Amino acid sequence: MSNLDTFRQETREWLEANCPPEMRKPMTADGACWGGRNFKFTHPDQKLWLERMGEKGWTAPTWPSEYGGGGLNYDENKILAEELFKIGARPALASFGLWMLGPALLEYASHEQKMEHIPKIIKGEIRWCQGYSEPGAGSDLASLKTKAVEDGDNFIVNGQKVWTSYADECDMIFTLVRTGPQEPKHNGISFLLIDMDQPGVETKPIKLISGKSPFCETFFTDAVVPKANLVHDLNKGWDVAKNLLQHERKMLASMGLGGSAAGGKGKGKSGSGLANLSKKYVESSDGKISDEGLRQKIAKSDMDAHAFGLTLRRASEEAKNSNHGPSAATSIFKFFGSEHNKRRYEIMLEAMGTQALGWEGGEFGPEELAVTREWLRTKANSIEGGTSEVQLNVISKRVLDLPQ
Amino acid sequence: MTLTLSEEQSFLKDTAKKFAQEKTPTTHFREIRDNENPECFDRAIWQEMAAQGWSGILVPEEYGGSNFGLAGIGVVLEELGRTLTPSPLFATSVVCATILNKAGNDSQKKEFLSKIASGEVTMAFALEEGPRHKPFSINLEAKKDGKNFILNGKKNFVIDGGFADYIIVAAKTSEKEDQLSLFVIARDVEGVNIIPTTMVDHKNAANIEFKNVSISEKNLLGTQNSAKEIIEETLDISRAALSAEMLGGALEAFDITLNYLKEREQFGEKIGSFQALQHRAALMFTELELCKSCVIEALTAFDEGSNDLQRIASLAKSKIGETFFNVSNEGVQMHGGVGVTDEYDIGLYMKRARVAEQTFGNSEYHRNRYAELTGY
Repeated sequence: MSNLDTFRQETREWLEANCPPEMRKPMTADGACWGGRNFKFTHPDQKLWLERMGEKGWTAPTWPSEYGGGGLNYDENKILAEELFKIGARPALASFGLWMLGPALLEYASHEQKMEHIPKIIKGEIRWCQGYSEPGAGSDLASLKTKAVEDGDNFIVNGQKVWTSYADECDMIFTLVRTGPQEPKHNGISFLLIDMDQPGVETKPIKLISGKSPFCETFFTDAVVPKANLVHDLNKGWDVAKNLLQHERKMLASMGLGGSAAGGKGKGKSGSGLANLSKKYVESSDGKISDEGLRQKIAKSDMDAHAFGLTLRRASEEAKNSNHGPSAATSIFKFFGSEHNKRRYEIMLEAMGTQALGWEGGEFGPEELAVTREWLRTKANSIEGGTSEVQLNVISKRVLDLPQ
Repeated sequence: MTLTLSEEQSFLKDTAKKFAQEKTPTTHFREIRDNENPECFDRAIWQEMAAQGWSGILVPEEYGGSNFGLAGIGVVLEELGRTLTPSPLFATSVVCATILNKAGNDSQKKEFLSKIASGEVTMAFALEEGPRHKPFSINLEAKKDGKNFILNGKKNFVIDGGFADYIIVAAKTSEKEDQLSLFVIARDVEGVNIIPTTMVDHKNAANIEFKNVSISEKNLLGTQNSAKEIIEETLDISRAALSAEMLGGALEAFDITLNYLKEREQFGEKIGSFQALQHRAALMFTELELCKSCVIEALTAFDEGSNDLQRIASLAKSKIGETFFNVSNEGVQMHGGVGVTDEYDIGLYMKRARVAEQTFGNSEYHRNRYAELTGY
C-alpha cells in the first residue's frame, strides 16, 4: 500500500469515528458554523465537530502544523476533501479567517503574530471580519481615509469602514488604515488587526435591495490598537491587501458555481439544477423543455458551469506543479464566476415568471421567495471583492501586460 | 482524469510547434492558396509529418502506428492550427483512421491503416448531404445487387474529398432511417464524380456524386445496417480533435491581436492603453482559458475511457466554436482598416473559424445535444 492509500484508509477511519451524525445531514441555510467568542451553536454535534476538526488542524488542512494546521500536501488534502464529500460531512467551520486573513498572515505576519492568531482561526475561537471599503473608497480602494496615528505603544484609529460582513457578530476586524497621509496613496497604507470588543468600535447593519443582510458599517472613534497588531511593515499594508484580495477573489469565484459543479464534476448526465427547476414552470414533453430559447440559455449556462469547473480544477493542478498561491489570474475566476452566477439567476427568473417576483407571503413557496432574494443578492457578486470592471483592468494590465 | 499534459505529450507539442513555425508558417498556407494548388496541401510536407509519426498517432502498433492517443494528435493539431497548416492529418489520420479502427476487418485494417500510418494514402469521409450538419439524415442509397452494392446519391462538404485516394461513404442500406452502412471506395471507380469546391478558408473540400456506382461487398466496413453508432463515436472523436485545431487558431488570432494592440498608435498612444479595448481583450482571454480546459478534458476523456464522452465532446466543440467566432471577429475589428486587408493574417483566422464552426455541428447544434444528453 502506498503512503497515500494508507492516508486514505486512516482518514476514512478517523472521520467514521469522529464526524457526528448531525453533521452528516445536508447543510441548511443557517447551518454554517462561524465560530468566535459569541457564536451560538445550533446543535451540540456542531460544537463537537468543530472541536475535533480544529484539534486535528483539518479546518485548515494545508496550513503548517507548526501553527496548528493540518500540514497536508496537495494529494493528501485532495483525499481528505474526497473522504469528507463521501460521507456528506458539513464544513466544520466557515470563516473569513480561514479563507482570507490566514493565508495573508502566513505570508506576511511575524512568527509571534502567527503563533497568536493562526491557531485561534483554525480552532474557530476568534471570528474575523474585513475592514477594507469606505464610503469614499470602493473600486479606488487605495484612496481610503481611516486614519491610524501612533501613540506610544498603540495606534489610535478614527474613521469608517463599510461592507464589513457580519461585523456585528465578529470579534476582530482586519483593516487597511492610512498611516502615512503625506505619502503617495498606495505607500501610506498599513494593515492593522483590531479587537472589536472596545468602546471605540461600533457597528450598524445595512439593509440591501434583497432585504436584511449580513453587511454592516463599522465606525472607529479613538479605537486603541496595540502596535503588536501591525502586520508587515508600516506603510507597506498594500502588499498584504493585494495578496489577501486574491484569496478573497478565489473564494468568491468558487461561489459562482453555486456548489453544483465544484471540482468540474458537475451534475453530469443525471441532470441540471436549472433545467429541473424550469420543468416545474415551463411546459415540457418527454422531459424536454419546450421553450427552445430558454432551453438553449440553460444549456449555455450549464456548459459555462462545466467549463468553469474544469478550469478551476486545471488551475489547481497547475498550481500544484508550480507551488504558487493564487495570482493575478484569480481575477479571471472572480470575473467569470460572479457574472455566471448573475446570468444563472436571471435564467431562473425567466423560467419561473411571476412566481419568482414575490416579495413575501403565502402565495409564494419558501424556495420561490428564496430565489427572488438570492437573485437580488447576486447583483452584488460582480461588485464585492472588486467589481467586474476592476477584474478586467487587472487581467488587462497584470496578465496581458497591456500598456497603462 | 488529469487536465495537464504528460511529459511526452508536452514534448510532442513542442516538436509540432517548432515544425509549424519553421516549415509551415502562414506564408506556407498563402503560397499554396496563391499558386492555386488544387490539392490545397503540400505533399512533401505531408511526408515529413508522416516521418514524424503524426499520421499514425491513432493507428495501433501492429499496423505501424504509435497508438499515442487522441491527446497526442490533438496537441499536434493545435499547433498546426496556429499557422493554418493545410494537411490531410484531420480527415485521414483522425476521422478515417477512427472509422477503420472501429469498423474495419483485419484485412481492411492491414490495407488501409498501415498506409495511413506511413503516409502512403489519404482518405476522406463523405457524410453530409446538406448545408447544415445532419449526420443521420442520409438519402444516398446503397442497394444490394448479388455480391455487389449499387450506390446512388450525392454528398457535399467532403473534407479533403478533392484529392483523397479513398472515400469512406455513409449510405442508407435499408428502408429504416437509422440503418446505415459504411463503404470504402477508391476515387477513380466508375460513376464517382468528384467536384472540388473552393471554400472561404481555402482548405480542400468537395461535393461528390455517385451514379450507379457498383462496388463489391468487400468494400463494406463493419456489418451492414449497423454504422450509426460507429459514425456517432467517430464524430465525437473528430469533434474533440477539431476543437484542438480550433483552439490553436483562436489562441493565435488572439496573440496576433494582442501584439497589435501593443504596437499600434493612435491619438499619440498605444491603442492597447484604451480601456474599451482592454476589457474586450480580457474577456477574450477569459473565454480562451475556459476553452483550453474543455479541449484537454475532451482529448483525455477519450484516452482514459470516460463514460461522459458525448457531452464532453459537445461541450468542447460548442465552447471553442463560440470563442473562435468571437476572437476572430474582434481581432478583425481591433486591427481596424488593415484587419480587412488580405495582407494581414487576422482575416484568414476569421475565415477558418467559420468553416470549422460548421464542421460536425455548430455551437447551437452542440448546446442542443448537450441539453438532450443531460436530460432536458
